[in-house]
Amino acid sequence: MMDNISHSHEGPDPHAPRPDHDDTLTHHKRLEIAVRELLIEKGILTADEIREAVERMDARGPHLGAKLVAKAWVDPAFKARLLENGSAAAEEAGVQMDQPTRLIVVENTPQVHNLVVCTLCSCYPRMVLGIPPDWYKSRAYRSRAVHEPRAVLAEFGTQLADEATVRVHDSTADMRYLVLPMRPKGTEGLDEAGLAALVTRDSMIGVTTL
Amino acid sequence: MRGVHDMGGLQAGPVERVEHDYQLWEKRVDALMVLLSRKRRFTVDELRKGIESLPGDAYDRLTYYERWISSITSALIHRGTITIDELRAKLADIERRPDGPKAGTP
Amino acid sequence: MTPRFTVGAQVNVRPGNPPGHIRTPFYIRGKCGTVERICGEFRNPEELAYGRSGEPKQVLYRVRFNQKDVWPDYRGPAKDTIDVELYEHWLEPAP
Repeated sequence: MMDNISHSHEGPDPHAPRPDHDDTLTHHKRLEIAVRELLIEKGILTADEIREAVERMDARGPHLGAKLVAKAWVDPAFKARLLENGSAAAEEAGVQMDQPTRLIVVENTPQVHNLVVCTLCSCYPRMVLGIPPDWYKSRAYRSRAVHEPRAVLAEFGTQLADEATVRVHDSTADMRYLVLPMRPKGTEGLDEAGLAALVTRDSMIGVTTL
Repeated sequence: MRGVHDMGGLQAGPVERVEHDYQLWEKRVDALMVLLSRKRRFTVDELRKGIESLPGDAYDRLTYYERWISSITSALIHRGTITIDELRAKLADIERRPDGPKAGTP
Repeated sequence: MTPRFTVGAQVNVRPGNPPGHIRTPFYIRGKCGTVERICGEFRNPEELAYGRSGEPKQVLYRVRFNQKDVWPDYRGPAKDTIDVELYEHWLEPAP
């Protein structure tokens, strides 16, 4: 089982993300500067808007999804609403949604395990998880999650009982998916915040369990 | 022809659990897309079409946000929001800046 | 606009490989599944991609397929499924 690595590196996969070159001004970095400055000069965007958008992105992350998961674990009525209409329940819990996409929450049970992928690009429930990790956008994950989900799960260290059904969700249009993981045993004494701290990003994508 | 982006079901190697902290320039590319689509300058589907039609091996050779900024630039030129001449002049200006990359703005 | 298909209906995904920007993955074309839910109406991405309005809106469905029906060599239990979001103009009633 590989540990999570927090940096890109050249792996055997030729499509692995390349290392960052923070100190070099690549063609594409120049392109970003050029386009941004032109748009600001033309009055289409302001520097403040860009800064706010980056800050808003930075403020979004798995802690939001974890909050919804923990709330669903302790509040059956909220869980029912979350599974019925993910966007509405998330907004009720104070998580802002994006237009036009909608949030669908899919529940793991002892009988059913859910796994989320976007084979066409990188659709991801940003409103509750932030921006996706590199592997989610990788050729390997996008190619294989749909036709060999159990093998992919095994690579993440996730072994499922043979009798469990695996449901894969390919995010091909305007729906975004959040997996509601099963609550770990022995957590009866924890409050909502304590429970939320246990919920990992990967468990909400469905590649791992808790 | 099956699109280069349309990967579901193809053979591929193991999933390498790589991630990196997104750099500021990458976050800004993302922000440009969020803002431009919110202001109805162009749509996320135009962005995707541009990425899907990148030439040759660019889809696999470029990083994620390199693909995005390429596509955003094409869409803005296509829509007439910016011109090729403006872009050329701005890139040349950036090249000439004395102390390397200075975004100037935030 | 009234959805053409109801939840539980058997549908075929249209085969073929038209040009342009398409959100129907290659692997699911020509396959048969069951409507899992109706997601609402959305502007058509195949039009939006070319800077057009995306109108008329298309009904979007989530269709559930048996993995064994999608991949002949699928390794896993027969009850494993895959759900894909598909626009109405890509679906036909299963014969």
